[in-house]
Amino acid sequence: MIQTLAFYLFAALVIASAVMTITARNPVHSVLWLILAFFNAAGLMILIGAEFIAMLLVIVYVGAVAVLFLFVVMMLDIDFATLRAGFVKNFPLGLAIAGILLAELLFGLGAHSAGGLVLGTPDAATAPAANVPNIQAIGAVLYGHYLFLFEAAGVVLLVAMIGAIVLTHRQRNDVRPQNISEQVKRRPEDATINTRPEVGGGVKL
Amino acid sequence: MTAFFQSLGLPFEAAWLISTIAGILLIALPLMLSVAMIIYVDRKIWAAMALRRGPNVVGPLGLLQSFADGLKVFLQETIVPTAANKGIFLIGPVVTFTVTLLAWAVIPFNSGAILADINVGLLYVLAISSLGVYGTIMAGWASNSKYPFFSAMRASAQMISYEVSIGFILICVVLWAGSFNLGTIVSAQKGHVFGILNGFGFNPLLFPMWVLFLISGMAETQRAPFDLCEAESELVAGYQTEYSSMAFALFWLGEYGNVLLMCALNATLFWGGYLPPLDIPVLYAVPGVIWLLLKIFFFFFVFSWVKATVPRYRYDQLMRLGWKIFLPLSLLFVFLVSGYLMATGHFA
Repeated sequence: MIQTLAFYLFAALVIASAVMTITARNPVHSVLWLILAFFNAAGLMILIGAEFIAMLLVIVYVGAVAVLFLFVVMMLDIDFATLRAGFVKNFPLGLAIAGILLAELLFGLGAHSAGGLVLGTPDAATAPAANVPNIQAIGAVLYGHYLFLFEAAGVVLLVAMIGAIVLTHRQRNDVRPQNISEQVKRRPEDATINTRPEVGGGVKL
Repeated sequence: MTAFFQSLGLPFEAAWLISTIAGILLIALPLMLSVAMIIYVDRKIWAAMALRRGPNVVGPLGLLQSFADGLKVFLQETIVPTAANKGIFLIGPVVTFTVTLLAWAVIPFNSGAILADINVGLLYVLAISSLGVYGTIMAGWASNSKYPFFSAMRASAQMISYEVSIGFILICVVLWAGSFNLGTIVSAQKGHVFGILNGFGFNPLLFPMWVLFLISGMAETQRAPFDLCEAESELVAGYQTEYSSMAFALFWLGEYGNVLLMCALNATLFWGGYLPPLDIPVLYAVPGVIWLLLKIFFFFFVFSWVKATVPRYRYDQLMRLGWKIFLPLSLLFVFLVSGYLMATGHFA
Protein backbone atom coordinates (compact mmCIF):
# COMPACT_ATOMS: atom_id res chain seq x y z
CA MET A 1 0.00 0.00 0.00
CA ILE A 2 2.62 2.50 1.13
CA GLN A 3 4.96 1.21 -1.57
CA THR A 4 2.36 1.71 -4.29
CA LEU A 5 1.57 5.22 -3.06
CA ALA A 6 5.27 6.07 -2.87
CA PHE A 7 5.89 4.66 -6.34
CA TYR A 8 3.14 6.74 -7.93
CA LEU A 9 4.25 9.81 -5.99
CA PHE A 10 7.88 9.49 -7.10
CA ALA A 11 7.02 8.47 -10.66
CA ALA A 12 4.54 11.32 -11.10
CA LEU A 13 7.07 13.79 -9.69
CA VAL A 14 9.83 12.49 -12.00
CA ILE A 15 7.62 12.94 -15.04
CA ALA A 16 6.26 16.30 -13.93
CA SER A 17 9.69 17.71 -13.16
CA ALA A 18 11.09 16.31 -16.41
CA VAL A 19 8.31 18.11 -18.30
CA MET A 20 9.04 21.28 -16.35
CA THR A 21 12.75 20.89 -17.18
CA ILE A 22 12.10 21.24 -20.89
CA THR A 23 9.27 23.74 -20.68
CA ALA A 24 10.71 26.16 -18.13
CA ARG A 25 11.69 29.46 -19.74
CA ASN A 26 14.55 30.20 -17.39
CA PRO A 27 17.52 27.78 -17.77
CA VAL A 28 18.27 28.00 -14.03
CA HIS A 29 14.73 26.85 -13.30
CA SER A 30 15.28 24.05 -15.79
CA VAL A 31 18.34 22.82 -13.92
CA LEU A 32 16.50 23.00 -10.60
CA TRP A 33 13.63 20.95 -12.02
CA LEU A 34 16.20 18.48 -13.37
CA ILE A 35 17.62 18.16 -9.85
CA LEU A 36 14.14 17.39 -8.55
CA ALA A 37 13.80 14.74 -11.27
CA PHE A 38 17.13 13.13 -10.24
CA PHE A 39 16.09 13.19 -6.63
CA ASN A 40 12.79 11.46 -7.28
CA ALA A 41 14.51 8.92 -9.51
CA ALA A 42 16.68 8.13 -6.48
CA GLY A 43 13.46 7.60 -4.53
CA LEU A 44 12.32 5.08 -7.16
CA MET A 45 15.67 3.27 -6.84
CA ILE A 46 15.15 2.95 -3.09
CA LEU A 47 11.71 1.46 -3.69
CA ILE A 48 13.20 -1.43 -5.69
CA GLY A 49 15.79 -1.98 -2.97
CA ALA A 50 18.81 -0.53 -4.80
CA GLU A 51 19.79 1.85 -2.01
CA PHE A 52 23.43 2.04 -3.08
CA ILE A 53 22.53 3.16 -6.62
CA ALA A 54 20.06 5.66 -5.14
CA MET A 55 22.73 7.21 -2.92
CA LEU A 56 25.21 7.30 -5.80
CA LEU A 57 22.60 9.01 -7.96
CA VAL A 58 22.17 11.73 -5.35
CA ILE A 59 25.88 12.10 -4.56
CA VAL A 60 27.16 12.07 -8.14
CA TYR A 61 24.35 13.63 -10.16
CA VAL A 62 22.66 15.92 -7.66
CA GLY A 63 25.71 16.71 -5.57
CA ALA A 64 28.33 17.19 -8.25
CA VAL A 65 27.12 17.14 -11.87
CA ALA A 66 24.04 19.30 -11.33
CA VAL A 67 26.04 21.80 -9.25
CA LEU A 68 28.38 22.22 -12.21
CA PHE A 69 25.40 22.57 -14.57
CA LEU A 70 23.93 25.21 -12.31
CA PHE A 71 27.31 26.90 -12.05
CA VAL A 72 27.59 27.20 -15.84
CA VAL A 73 23.95 28.09 -16.47
CA MET A 74 23.95 30.79 -13.79
CA MET A 75 26.88 32.45 -15.55
CA LEU A 76 25.09 32.59 -18.89
CA ASP A 77 23.83 35.94 -20.01
CA ILE A 78 20.55 34.92 -21.57
CA ASP A 79 18.60 37.04 -23.98
CA PHE A 80 15.18 35.46 -24.24
CA ALA A 81 14.39 37.22 -27.51
CA THR A 82 17.30 35.60 -29.35
CA LEU A 83 16.38 32.25 -27.82
CA ARG A 84 13.01 32.41 -29.53
CA ALA A 85 14.40 33.88 -32.75
CA GLY A 86 15.87 30.56 -33.94
CA PHE A 87 12.58 28.72 -33.55
CA VAL A 88 11.47 28.76 -37.20
CA LYS A 89 14.94 27.85 -38.46
CA ASN A 90 15.35 24.87 -36.11
CA PHE A 91 11.73 23.71 -36.36
CA PRO A 92 12.30 21.06 -39.12
CA LEU A 93 15.22 19.55 -37.18
CA GLY A 94 13.18 19.39 -34.01
CA LEU A 95 10.32 17.82 -35.92
CA ALA A 96 12.68 15.17 -37.36
CA ILE A 97 14.01 14.29 -33.90
CA ALA A 98 10.48 14.11 -32.52
CA GLY A 99 9.55 11.80 -35.41
CA ILE A 100 12.48 9.49 -34.68
CA LEU A 101 11.58 9.38 -30.97
CA LEU A 102 7.95 8.62 -31.84
CA ALA A 103 9.01 5.81 -34.18
CA GLU A 104 11.25 4.34 -31.47
CA LEU A 105 8.43 4.54 -28.96
CA LEU A 106 5.98 2.77 -31.28
CA PHE A 107 8.65 0.18 -32.13
CA GLY A 108 9.30 -0.42 -28.43
CA LEU A 109 5.58 -0.77 -27.70
CA GLY A 110 5.23 -3.24 -30.56
CA ALA A 111 8.21 -5.25 -29.32
CA HIS A 112 6.78 -5.23 -25.82
CA SER A 113 3.39 -6.55 -26.93
CA ALA A 114 5.17 -9.24 -28.97
CA GLY A 115 6.60 -10.70 -25.75
CA GLY A 116 9.61 -10.19 -23.49
CA LEU A 117 13.20 -10.64 -24.63
CA VAL A 118 14.72 -13.91 -23.41
CA LEU A 119 17.99 -13.05 -21.72
CA GLY A 120 20.69 -15.55 -20.83
CA THR A 121 20.26 -17.12 -17.42
CA PRO A 122 22.65 -15.65 -14.83
CA ASP A 123 25.52 -17.98 -13.94
CA ALA A 124 26.85 -18.42 -10.41
CA ALA A 125 29.24 -15.46 -10.62
CA THR A 126 26.67 -12.86 -11.64
CA ALA A 127 23.57 -14.15 -9.88
CA PRO A 128 22.41 -11.70 -7.21
CA ALA A 129 23.39 -12.97 -3.79
CA ALA A 130 20.64 -13.17 -1.22
CA ASN A 131 20.85 -11.40 2.16
CA VAL A 132 23.92 -9.39 1.19
CA PRO A 133 23.87 -5.58 1.31
CA ASN A 134 23.79 -3.82 -2.06
CA ILE A 135 27.33 -2.49 -1.71
CA GLN A 136 28.83 -5.91 -1.04
CA ALA A 137 26.88 -7.51 -3.87
CA ILE A 138 27.92 -4.85 -6.41
CA GLY A 139 31.49 -4.86 -5.11
CA ALA A 140 31.74 -8.65 -5.41
CA VAL A 141 30.55 -8.55 -9.01
CA LEU A 142 32.61 -5.50 -10.07
CA TYR A 143 35.85 -6.49 -8.35
CA GLY A 144 35.44 -10.21 -8.93
CA HIS A 145 33.73 -11.18 -12.14
CA TYR A 146 34.23 -7.94 -14.07
CA LEU A 147 37.56 -6.86 -12.57
CA PHE A 148 39.32 -6.39 -15.91
CA LEU A 149 36.49 -4.43 -17.53
CA PHE A 150 36.05 -2.30 -14.41
CA GLU A 151 39.72 -1.40 -14.21
CA ALA A 152 39.86 -0.80 -17.95
CA ALA A 153 37.02 1.68 -17.57
CA GLY A 154 38.99 3.33 -14.77
CA VAL A 155 42.06 3.64 -16.98
CA VAL A 156 39.98 5.13 -19.80
CA LEU A 157 38.62 7.74 -17.40
CA LEU A 158 42.11 8.50 -16.11
CA VAL A 159 43.39 8.99 -19.65
CA ALA A 160 40.46 11.27 -20.43
CA MET A 161 41.14 13.29 -17.29
CA ILE A 162 44.84 13.66 -18.02
CA GLY A 163 43.98 14.57 -21.62
CA ALA A 164 41.63 17.32 -20.47
CA ILE A 165 44.27 18.70 -18.11
CA VAL A 166 46.99 18.64 -20.80
CA LEU A 167 44.71 20.31 -23.35
CA THR A 168 43.63 23.13 -21.07
CA HIS A 169 46.87 23.69 -19.22
CA ARG A 170 48.82 26.75 -20.19
CA GLN A 171 52.10 27.97 -18.84
CA ARG A 172 51.96 31.56 -17.72
CA ASN A 173 55.20 33.36 -16.99
CA ASP A 174 53.69 36.71 -16.04
CA VAL A 175 52.29 35.59 -12.69
CA ARG A 176 54.13 35.23 -9.43
CA PRO A 177 52.62 32.30 -7.58
CA GLN A 178 52.70 32.15 -3.82
CA ASN A 179 55.16 29.64 -2.41
CA ILE A 180 53.74 28.92 1.00
CA SER A 181 56.52 26.66 2.30
CA GLU A 182 59.05 29.40 1.46
CA GLN A 183 56.94 31.94 3.33
CA VAL A 184 56.64 29.67 6.34
CA LYS A 185 60.38 29.00 6.36
CA ARG A 186 61.17 32.72 6.40
CA ARG A 187 62.43 33.87 9.83
CA PRO A 188 62.61 37.40 11.22
CA GLU A 189 66.41 37.27 10.89
CA ASP A 190 66.11 36.92 7.09
CA ALA A 191 63.96 40.00 6.79
CA THR A 192 65.24 42.40 9.44
CA ILE A 193 68.60 43.67 10.57
CA ASN A 194 69.52 45.23 13.86
CA THR A 195 71.95 48.15 13.52
CA ARG A 196 73.18 50.90 15.75
CA PRO A 197 74.12 53.71 13.37
CA GLU A 198 76.35 56.63 14.34
CA VAL A 199 74.57 59.90 15.04
CA GLY A 200 73.85 61.46 11.65
CA GLY A 201 75.35 58.39 9.93
CA GLY A 202 72.10 56.92 8.60
CA VAL A 203 71.54 53.35 7.52
CA LYS A 204 72.67 51.70 4.34
CA LEU A 205 70.02 49.49 2.72
CA MET B 1 9.50 2.01 19.27
CA THR B 2 7.23 0.41 16.65
CA ALA B 3 6.92 -2.66 18.89
CA PHE B 4 5.73 -0.47 21.76
CA PHE B 5 2.93 1.09 19.69
CA GLN B 6 2.02 -2.35 18.34
CA SER B 7 1.65 -3.58 21.90
CA LEU B 8 -1.00 -0.88 22.38
CA GLY B 9 -3.09 -2.76 19.84
CA LEU B 10 -2.34 -0.70 16.72
CA PRO B 11 -1.77 -2.41 13.34
CA PHE B 12 1.84 -2.44 12.09
CA GLU B 13 1.44 0.40 9.55
CA ALA B 14 -0.14 2.79 12.05
CA ALA B 15 2.39 1.87 14.75
CA TRP B 16 5.25 2.42 12.32
CA LEU B 17 3.88 5.79 11.21
CA ILE B 18 3.35 7.03 14.76
CA SER B 19 6.73 5.81 15.99
CA THR B 20 8.54 7.36 13.03
CA ILE B 21 6.83 10.71 13.53
CA ALA B 22 7.57 10.51 17.26
CA GLY B 23 11.21 9.71 16.46
CA ILE B 24 11.46 12.68 14.09
CA LEU B 25 10.01 15.02 16.72
CA LEU B 26 12.28 13.52 19.39
CA ILE B 27 15.29 14.45 17.25
CA ALA B 28 14.14 17.71 15.66
CA LEU B 29 12.73 19.53 18.68
CA PRO B 30 15.73 19.01 21.02
CA LEU B 31 17.94 19.83 18.05
CA MET B 32 16.25 23.21 17.55
CA LEU B 33 16.52 23.93 21.26
CA SER B 34 20.19 22.95 21.31
CA VAL B 35 20.86 25.10 18.22
CA ALA B 36 19.40 28.08 20.12
CA MET B 37 21.55 27.30 23.16
CA ILE B 38 24.67 26.51 21.16
CA ILE B 39 24.49 29.93 19.49
CA TYR B 40 24.60 31.40 22.99
CA VAL B 41 27.53 29.11 23.90
CA ASP B 42 29.33 30.10 20.72
CA ARG B 43 28.95 33.80 21.52
CA LYS B 44 30.07 33.27 25.11
CA ILE B 45 33.19 31.32 24.09
CA TRP B 46 33.98 33.86 21.44
CA ALA B 47 33.53 36.70 23.92
CA ALA B 48 35.68 34.98 26.56
CA MET B 49 38.53 34.61 24.07
CA ALA B 50 38.23 38.27 23.14
CA LEU B 51 38.11 39.26 26.87
CA ARG B 52 34.53 40.47 26.57
CA ARG B 53 31.44 39.47 28.53
CA GLY B 54 29.25 38.34 25.66
CA PRO B 55 25.44 38.19 25.94
CA ASN B 56 24.52 38.77 29.61
CA VAL B 57 21.34 40.85 29.67
CA VAL B 58 18.37 38.69 28.65
CA GLY B 59 17.59 36.16 31.38
CA PRO B 60 20.04 34.82 33.96
CA LEU B 61 23.61 35.04 32.54
CA GLY B 62 22.02 36.00 29.22
CA LEU B 63 20.79 32.44 28.71
CA LEU B 64 17.64 33.58 26.92
CA GLN B 65 19.49 35.75 24.40
CA SER B 66 18.88 33.38 21.46
CA PHE B 67 15.16 33.25 22.20
CA ALA B 68 15.00 37.03 22.29
CA ASP B 69 16.80 37.12 18.94
CA GLY B 70 14.42 34.51 17.60
CA LEU B 71 11.40 36.54 18.68
CA LYS B 72 12.93 39.63 17.12
CA VAL B 73 13.42 38.06 13.67
CA PHE B 74 10.02 36.41 13.93
CA LEU B 75 8.34 39.79 14.31
CA GLN B 76 10.30 41.38 11.47
CA GLU B 77 8.86 41.97 8.04
CA THR B 78 9.90 39.51 5.32
CA ILE B 79 11.35 41.64 2.56
CA VAL B 80 11.63 40.16 -0.91
CA PRO B 81 13.65 42.39 -3.27
CA THR B 82 11.69 43.46 -6.35
CA ALA B 83 14.33 42.14 -8.73
CA ALA B 84 14.59 38.81 -6.92
CA ASN B 85 13.31 35.54 -8.34
CA LYS B 86 10.62 35.22 -5.73
CA GLY B 87 9.94 31.48 -5.63
CA ILE B 88 13.57 30.40 -5.52
CA PHE B 89 14.41 33.24 -3.14
CA LEU B 90 11.97 31.79 -0.61
CA ILE B 91 12.84 28.12 -1.27
CA GLY B 92 16.58 28.69 -0.65
CA PRO B 93 16.47 29.02 3.16
CA VAL B 94 13.90 26.23 3.40
CA VAL B 95 16.27 23.89 1.54
CA THR B 96 19.19 24.78 3.83
CA PHE B 97 17.14 24.20 6.95
CA THR B 98 15.44 20.98 5.81
CA VAL B 99 18.66 19.39 4.63
CA THR B 100 20.24 20.09 8.01
CA LEU B 101 17.45 18.22 9.78
CA LEU B 102 17.44 15.33 7.28
CA ALA B 103 20.98 14.17 7.96
CA TRP B 104 20.29 13.61 11.67
CA ALA B 105 18.08 10.63 10.80
CA VAL B 106 21.05 8.25 10.62
CA ILE B 107 23.05 9.42 13.66
CA PRO B 108 22.99 6.71 16.38
CA PHE B 109 22.24 8.28 19.79
CA ASN B 110 22.63 5.03 21.68
CA SER B 111 22.94 1.41 20.68
CA GLY B 112 19.73 0.85 18.73
CA ALA B 113 18.51 4.43 19.21
CA ILE B 114 18.66 5.45 15.56
CA LEU B 115 15.78 6.74 13.47
CA ALA B 116 16.77 5.19 10.13
CA ASP B 117 19.07 2.22 10.61
CA ILE B 118 20.01 1.86 6.93
CA ASN B 119 22.89 -0.04 5.35
CA VAL B 120 24.13 3.00 3.46
CA GLY B 121 24.01 5.42 6.41
CA LEU B 122 27.33 7.09 5.71
CA LEU B 123 26.54 7.48 2.00
CA TYR B 124 23.22 9.02 3.03
CA VAL B 125 25.07 11.59 5.12
CA LEU B 126 27.33 12.37 2.15
CA ALA B 127 24.34 12.63 -0.20
CA ILE B 128 22.44 14.94 2.13
CA SER B 129 25.43 17.15 2.84
CA SER B 130 26.01 17.50 -0.90
CA LEU B 131 22.44 18.78 -1.16
CA GLY B 132 23.19 21.48 1.40
CA VAL B 133 24.98 23.64 -1.13
CA TYR B 134 21.75 24.15 -3.10
CA GLY B 135 20.25 26.35 -0.42
CA THR B 136 23.24 28.68 -0.69
CA ILE B 137 23.35 28.64 -4.48
CA MET B 138 19.61 29.25 -4.83
CA ALA B 139 19.70 32.09 -2.32
CA GLY B 140 22.71 33.69 -3.98
CA TRP B 141 21.32 33.47 -7.49
CA ALA B 142 17.72 34.39 -6.69
CA SER B 143 18.75 37.51 -4.75
CA ASN B 144 19.75 39.00 -8.10
CA SER B 145 22.46 41.05 -6.50
CA LYS B 146 26.19 40.85 -7.06
CA TYR B 147 27.54 40.05 -3.59
CA PRO B 148 25.14 37.18 -2.90
CA PHE B 149 25.99 35.84 -6.35
CA PHE B 150 29.75 35.89 -5.67
CA SER B 151 29.04 34.18 -2.41
CA ALA B 152 27.03 31.41 -4.08
CA MET B 153 29.85 30.81 -6.56
CA ARG B 154 32.39 30.58 -3.77
CA ALA B 155 30.20 28.29 -1.68
CA SER B 156 29.57 25.81 -4.47
CA ALA B 157 33.23 25.56 -5.48
CA GLN B 158 34.33 25.27 -1.86
CA MET B 159 31.87 22.56 -0.91
CA ILE B 160 32.58 20.44 -3.98
CA SER B 161 36.33 20.67 -3.34
CA TYR B 162 36.18 19.55 0.27
CA GLU B 163 33.59 16.85 -0.33
CA VAL B 164 36.16 14.99 -2.43
CA SER B 165 38.66 14.68 0.40
CA ILE B 166 35.90 13.99 2.94
CA GLY B 167 34.88 11.07 0.73
CA PHE B 168 38.38 9.59 0.85
CA ILE B 169 38.65 10.13 4.61
CA LEU B 170 35.36 8.31 5.12
CA ILE B 171 36.61 5.43 2.96
CA CYS B 172 39.42 4.86 5.49
CA VAL B 173 36.87 4.64 8.31
CA VAL B 174 34.57 2.38 6.30
CA LEU B 175 37.46 0.06 5.39
CA TRP B 176 38.31 -0.40 9.04
CA ALA B 177 34.72 -0.77 10.23
CA GLY B 178 33.68 -2.93 7.27
CA SER B 179 30.29 -1.26 6.98
CA PHE B 180 28.52 1.91 5.87
CA ASN B 181 26.02 1.58 8.69
CA LEU B 182 26.77 4.20 11.36
CA GLY B 183 25.64 1.91 14.19
CA THR B 184 28.04 -0.81 13.03
CA ILE B 185 30.82 1.77 12.64
CA VAL B 186 30.36 2.82 16.27
CA SER B 187 30.28 -0.74 17.59
CA ALA B 188 33.40 -1.56 15.52
CA GLN B 189 35.24 1.08 17.58
CA LYS B 190 34.67 -0.74 20.87
CA GLY B 191 38.07 -1.51 22.36
CA HIS B 192 39.69 -0.58 19.05
CA VAL B 193 43.18 0.23 20.41
CA PHE B 194 44.80 -2.11 22.97
CA GLY B 195 41.31 -3.47 23.62
CA ILE B 196 40.59 -0.56 25.96
CA LEU B 197 40.39 2.69 23.96
CA ASN B 198 37.06 3.18 22.17
CA GLY B 199 37.49 5.13 18.96
CA PHE B 200 39.21 5.06 15.60
CA GLY B 201 40.80 8.40 16.51
CA PHE B 202 43.17 6.64 18.92
CA ASN B 203 44.54 4.62 16.02
CA PRO B 204 47.78 6.20 14.73
CA LEU B 205 46.80 5.43 11.11
CA LEU B 206 43.39 7.09 11.46
CA PHE B 207 44.29 10.01 13.74
CA PRO B 208 45.70 12.10 10.85
CA MET B 209 42.48 11.36 8.96
CA TRP B 210 40.49 12.77 11.88
CA VAL B 211 42.53 15.98 11.80
CA LEU B 212 41.82 16.27 8.08
CA PHE B 213 38.14 15.51 8.69
CA LEU B 214 37.87 18.19 11.37
CA ILE B 215 39.39 20.83 9.07
CA SER B 216 37.38 19.68 6.05
CA GLY B 217 34.29 19.77 8.23
CA MET B 218 34.96 23.42 8.99
CA ALA B 219 35.28 24.11 5.28
CA GLU B 220 32.17 22.07 4.49
CA THR B 221 30.04 23.94 7.04
CA GLN B 222 31.57 27.27 5.99
CA ARG B 223 32.76 28.07 9.48
CA ALA B 224 35.65 30.38 10.18
CA PRO B 225 38.45 30.31 9.01
CA PHE B 226 36.76 29.11 5.80
CA ASP B 227 33.67 31.35 5.95
CA LEU B 228 34.50 32.91 2.60
CA CYS B 229 30.96 32.84 1.33
CA GLU B 230 29.88 35.31 3.99
CA ALA B 231 33.14 37.19 4.34
CA GLU B 232 31.76 40.44 5.72
CA SER B 233 34.76 42.52 4.73
CA GLU B 234 34.36 41.55 1.07
CA LEU B 235 30.77 40.44 0.42
CA VAL B 236 28.58 42.34 2.93
CA ALA B 237 26.97 39.18 4.33
CA GLY B 238 27.30 36.90 1.33
CA TYR B 239 24.26 34.96 0.23
CA GLN B 240 22.28 36.20 3.27
CA THR B 241 22.61 39.86 2.33
CA GLU B 242 19.09 40.30 0.93
CA TYR B 243 17.36 38.18 3.56
CA SER B 244 15.43 39.34 6.57
CA SER B 245 13.06 37.94 9.15
CA MET B 246 12.34 34.20 9.31
CA ALA B 247 14.08 33.46 6.00
CA PHE B 248 17.28 34.79 7.56
CA ALA B 249 16.60 32.87 10.76
CA LEU B 250 16.27 29.62 8.79
CA PHE B 251 19.75 30.16 7.34
CA TRP B 252 21.03 30.84 10.80
CA LEU B 253 19.45 27.71 12.31
CA GLY B 254 20.57 25.63 9.33
CA GLU B 255 24.15 26.82 9.64
CA TYR B 256 24.44 25.96 13.34
CA GLY B 257 22.52 22.71 12.82
CA ASN B 258 25.14 21.77 10.22
CA VAL B 259 27.97 22.60 12.60
CA LEU B 260 26.39 20.39 15.27
CA LEU B 261 25.99 17.63 12.68
CA MET B 262 29.69 17.86 11.79
CA CYS B 263 30.57 17.62 15.49
CA ALA B 264 28.28 14.59 15.82
CA LEU B 265 29.96 12.99 12.81
CA ASN B 266 33.40 13.64 14.30
CA ALA B 267 32.26 11.95 17.49
CA THR B 268 30.50 9.06 15.74
CA LEU B 269 33.10 8.22 13.11
CA PHE B 270 36.33 8.77 15.02
CA TRP B 271 35.74 8.99 18.76
CA GLY B 272 33.35 6.17 19.49
CA GLY B 273 29.98 7.94 19.26
CA TYR B 274 27.82 6.87 22.16
CA LEU B 275 30.59 4.66 23.63
CA PRO B 276 32.60 6.00 26.57
CA PRO B 277 36.22 6.83 25.70
CA LEU B 278 37.58 3.87 27.71
CA ASP B 279 36.19 0.36 27.50
CA ILE B 280 35.70 0.04 31.29
CA PRO B 281 32.40 -1.39 32.64
CA VAL B 282 32.00 1.46 35.18
CA LEU B 283 31.82 4.05 32.41
CA TYR B 284 28.92 2.25 30.74
CA ALA B 285 26.77 3.23 33.74
CA VAL B 286 26.52 6.67 32.11
CA PRO B 287 23.92 6.54 29.29
CA GLY B 288 25.37 6.52 25.78
CA VAL B 289 23.51 9.64 24.72
CA ILE B 290 25.32 11.62 27.46
CA TRP B 291 28.70 10.53 26.09
CA LEU B 292 27.63 11.49 22.58
CA LEU B 293 26.40 14.91 23.73
CA LEU B 294 29.62 15.50 25.69
CA LYS B 295 31.68 14.68 22.61
CA ILE B 296 29.52 16.90 20.39
CA PHE B 297 29.92 19.71 22.90
CA PHE B 298 33.69 19.25 23.01
CA PHE B 299 33.98 19.38 19.22
CA PHE B 300 31.72 22.41 19.13
CA PHE B 301 34.11 24.08 21.56
CA VAL B 302 36.96 23.27 19.15
CA PHE B 303 34.97 24.82 16.29
CA SER B 304 34.34 28.00 18.34
CA TRP B 305 37.93 28.09 19.47
CA VAL B 306 39.14 28.01 15.87
CA LYS B 307 36.57 30.65 14.89
CA ALA B 308 37.79 32.95 17.66
CA THR B 309 41.50 32.57 16.99
CA VAL B 310 42.24 31.83 13.33
CA PRO B 311 42.06 34.58 10.67
CA ARG B 312 40.05 33.97 7.52
CA TYR B 313 41.72 32.17 4.62
CA ARG B 314 42.16 33.76 1.24
CA TYR B 315 40.21 32.05 -1.53
CA ASP B 316 43.17 30.67 -3.48
CA GLN B 317 44.71 29.39 -0.26
CA LEU B 318 41.48 27.58 0.51
CA MET B 319 41.48 25.89 -2.90
CA ARG B 320 45.16 25.03 -2.59
CA LEU B 321 44.58 23.42 0.81
CA GLY B 322 41.68 21.37 -0.48
CA TRP B 323 43.06 20.15 -3.79
CA LYS B 324 46.83 20.13 -3.34
CA ILE B 325 47.19 19.04 0.27
CA PHE B 326 44.07 17.31 1.60
CA LEU B 327 43.25 15.35 -1.55
CA PRO B 328 46.72 13.74 -2.02
CA LEU B 329 47.08 13.16 1.74
CA SER B 330 43.72 11.46 2.08
CA LEU B 331 44.40 9.36 -1.06
CA LEU B 332 47.74 8.32 0.45
CA PHE B 333 46.00 7.26 3.63
CA VAL B 334 43.45 5.22 1.72
CA PHE B 335 46.46 3.31 0.33
CA LEU B 336 48.13 3.03 3.73
CA VAL B 337 44.99 1.91 5.57
CA SER B 338 43.90 -0.61 2.96
CA GLY B 339 47.50 -1.87 2.65
CA TYR B 340 47.77 -2.30 6.40
CA LEU B 341 44.40 -4.06 6.58
CA MET B 342 45.35 -6.42 3.74
CA ALA B 343 48.76 -7.16 5.29
CA THR B 344 47.28 -7.97 8.68
CA GLY B 345 44.48 -10.08 7.20
CA HIS B 346 41.67 -7.83 8.43
CA PHE B 347 39.34 -8.97 5.65
CA ALA B 348 40.08 -12.68 5.94
